[in-house]
Amino acid sequence: TLMEMLTSSHTPTHICNNSVFTLGEGARAVPLSGHVGFDSMPDQLVNKSVNHGFCFNILCVGETGLGKSTLMDTLFNTKFEGEPTQHNQPGVTLKSNTYELQESNVRLKLTVVNTVGFGDQINKEDSYKSIVEFIDAQFEAYLQEELKIKRTLHSYHDTRIHACLYFIAPTGHSLKSLDLVTMKKLDSKVNIIPIIAKSDAISKSELAKFKIKITSELVSNGVQIYQFPTDDESVAEINSTMNSHLPFAVVGSTEEVKIGNKMVKARQYPWGTVQVENETHCDFVKLREMLIRVNMEDLREQTHTRHYELYRRCKLEEMGFKDTDPDSKPFSLQETYEAKRNEFMGELQKKEEEMRQMFVQRVKEKEAELKEAEKELHEKFDRLKKLHQDEKKKLEEKKKTLDDEVNTFKQKKTAAELLQNQAQQAGGSTTLKRDKERKK
Amino acid sequence: STAFVQWVGEKTPISDTSYVGIDAILEQMRRKAMKQGFEFNVMVVGQSGLGKSTLMNTLFKSKVSRKSVQPNVEERIPKTVEIKSVSHDVEEKGVRMKLTVIDTPGFGDQINNENCWQPIMKFINDQYESYLQEEININRKKRIPDSRVHCCIYFIPPTGHCLRPLDVEFMRHLSKVVNIVPVIAKADTLTLEERDSFKKTIREELRANGIDVYPQKEFDEDAEDRMINDKIREMTPFAVVGSDQEYQVNGKRILGRKTKWGTIEVENIAHCEFAYLRDLLIRTHMQNIKDITCSIHYETYRVRRLNESNILFTSNPPDHPAVQPKANGQPEEQPATPQPNGVAAQHEALSHEM
Repeated sequence: TLMEMLTSSHTPTHICNNSVFTLGEGARAVPLSGHVGFDSMPDQLVNKSVNHGFCFNILCVGETGLGKSTLMDTLFNTKFEGEPTQHNQPGVTLKSNTYELQESNVRLKLTVVNTVGFGDQINKEDSYKSIVEFIDAQFEAYLQEELKIKRTLHSYHDTRIHACLYFIAPTGHSLKSLDLVTMKKLDSKVNIIPIIAKSDAISKSELAKFKIKITSELVSNGVQIYQFPTDDESVAEINSTMNSHLPFAVVGSTEEVKIGNKMVKARQYPWGTVQVENETHCDFVKLREMLIRVNMEDLREQTHTRHYELYRRCKLEEMGFKDTDPDSKPFSLQETYEAKRNEFMGELQKKEEEMRQMFVQRVKEKEAELKEAEKELHEKFDRLKKLHQDEKKKLEEKKKTLDDEVNTFKQKKTAAELLQNQAQQAGGSTTLKRDKERKK
Repeated sequence: STAFVQWVGEKTPISDTSYVGIDAILEQMRRKAMKQGFEFNVMVVGQSGLGKSTLMNTLFKSKVSRKSVQPNVEERIPKTVEIKSVSHDVEEKGVRMKLTVIDTPGFGDQINNENCWQPIMKFINDQYESYLQEEININRKKRIPDSRVHCCIYFIPPTGHCLRPLDVEFMRHLSKVVNIVPVIAKADTLTLEERDSFKKTIREELRANGIDVYPQKEFDEDAEDRMINDKIREMTPFAVVGSDQEYQVNGKRILGRKTKWGTIEVENIAHCEFAYLRDLLIRTHMQNIKDITCSIHYETYRVRRLNESNILFTSNPPDHPAVQPKANGQPEEQPATPQPNGVAAQHEALSHEM
């Protein structure tokens, strides 16, 4: 039957009990007999984007003094930062600034992130780390938003880095090992566009050799830099030409100098003037062309479909999530997450119990100790009390004895005095003699 | 820190020394769109005989309806509502589109049509489901195939009186999950006055039943949007006539229906509102229709589904003291790190004092 014929193709049927079939996944082409009007779709899409505004985030990585800020100013025709960057922080910090730019009807939210202090340390082993952490943090923020239950992706301010301009110092020899290490760590996380900074310091012949050396070092170290896309015929030619000019040798300047009858951006030296937008002087125009005028959208797309997807996949796999086959329950993510969460809760509970037990135990022990000490004190007190009582008793006895003696003495004294008086009254001196004799 | 908006430059015929080229991104987006192409999925719902297939063919100027694809199959009214979708690749001026027309034969054709909207609702939700399934995969496709129903054209029979209970039931349920564009089918049986009063009645009934058809008032983005959409809302539902026959009128070949009393020109706005429907659906609001499906209807489905899943799997013991999930149900990305305010930390603090 027709039904069988149509369903026998390898197109998937929908999850539905009713008879459902789909004709052709990449269905057959059907000619139109007149103007329908869906050719306005790209315009509709563009209008929507114009209303929303665009977002573009650039990360500038390079040593201090390579002209990163100046280049940004030159590229976007504006003075970005108010105060010059403070270069007194230890380690590498990333400073991010967001600007609202407008050109004709296009509004661009541009974020420029600078690496401050990159290459300044004596030990540069960990220099790349804060950069990687920053890039990952932006992916993480997006992932968090994407995983939320109530999310607002269409109005989310995307902070993921779309392009990383890597500033190479114009030594003229080769890449520094810091450069290679850093780029290797970044190439799977961000679109890297290497550029030779302050290239007016290198002569033309040296520059050609330098570029070749850099390119070969990148290749031999397996560093994946961003390739301008060549799959779309309208830009394939220009992009592939530009690919061969990488790394771009740039010069930045916001100062204007009069050349002929025009004011141009340039750097003026006693021996001549380097014109920024003169393609025979430097590759600035090429960089601007590639970065902004031709491939900005592709840079954003690659960031989302390649770098972010990789981060997301790794992060979720790291947490133990797996894609399950279609027959099993849906929501592998939610299910696995819940299972892990319960496991974790269980462990947490167990740990809490253990700690509680330990706590109770220690309280008991301390209590016993204290009781013991208390008992001792009591005993001591009792003993002392008894001692005190004994002492007291002894003293009282002694006192009594003393009192008795005093009384006896008093009695004797009284008796003696009485006798004396009697003797005086009875016989005068003879008693005295007798008393004296007696006293002797 | 976001500063005020800075004007960076513009391309003038005299010089472009101050031109940055930011606006070139529009051209880049256009290029990308042309390369990738578009998808559009439209569903037609209505009793048999209301000219659904013909209208689809007229809208897309080609044999895109299911009937056109299966010309030899005997048309019989199915016993239950069936869902049948047919996809075509169409191209116009370099713009490629994968158009999917989803037919619903059997709708409203039974004696007892109770709940005949249910299989349709299920189909729409199933498409959201399969999109969601792909979206939450670890290894997911670069471009998730979009089979979600962007627009559902509901065919109202040209009775001239009011909406039938079936119409109200269907639109009431489905307007919550999909963009509904109601049309008065075979409108050539109504005079202009009859048409206008019918439309008015329909609009009032929709309002009375709380049915929001496309373009929904609550999704107007700004004043400009509202102004344009208000005009459309005043014309809803469009009274349409479909035809895939061409006739010669005034030296031109036009699509029409020939009758003894005259030829109805389909694309003539004096005759019917087909052109308005076509403009809305295709030429001006197609992207907007897709956006609403994507950012609102799909997200609503997703929220509901994820919440359901949460209730199903959460099994916190009732006496468990502590770690509460965040208010918006956001999964914590690193369950291994203990929360700083948890009971565990309190214990730790206590044990220090000992």
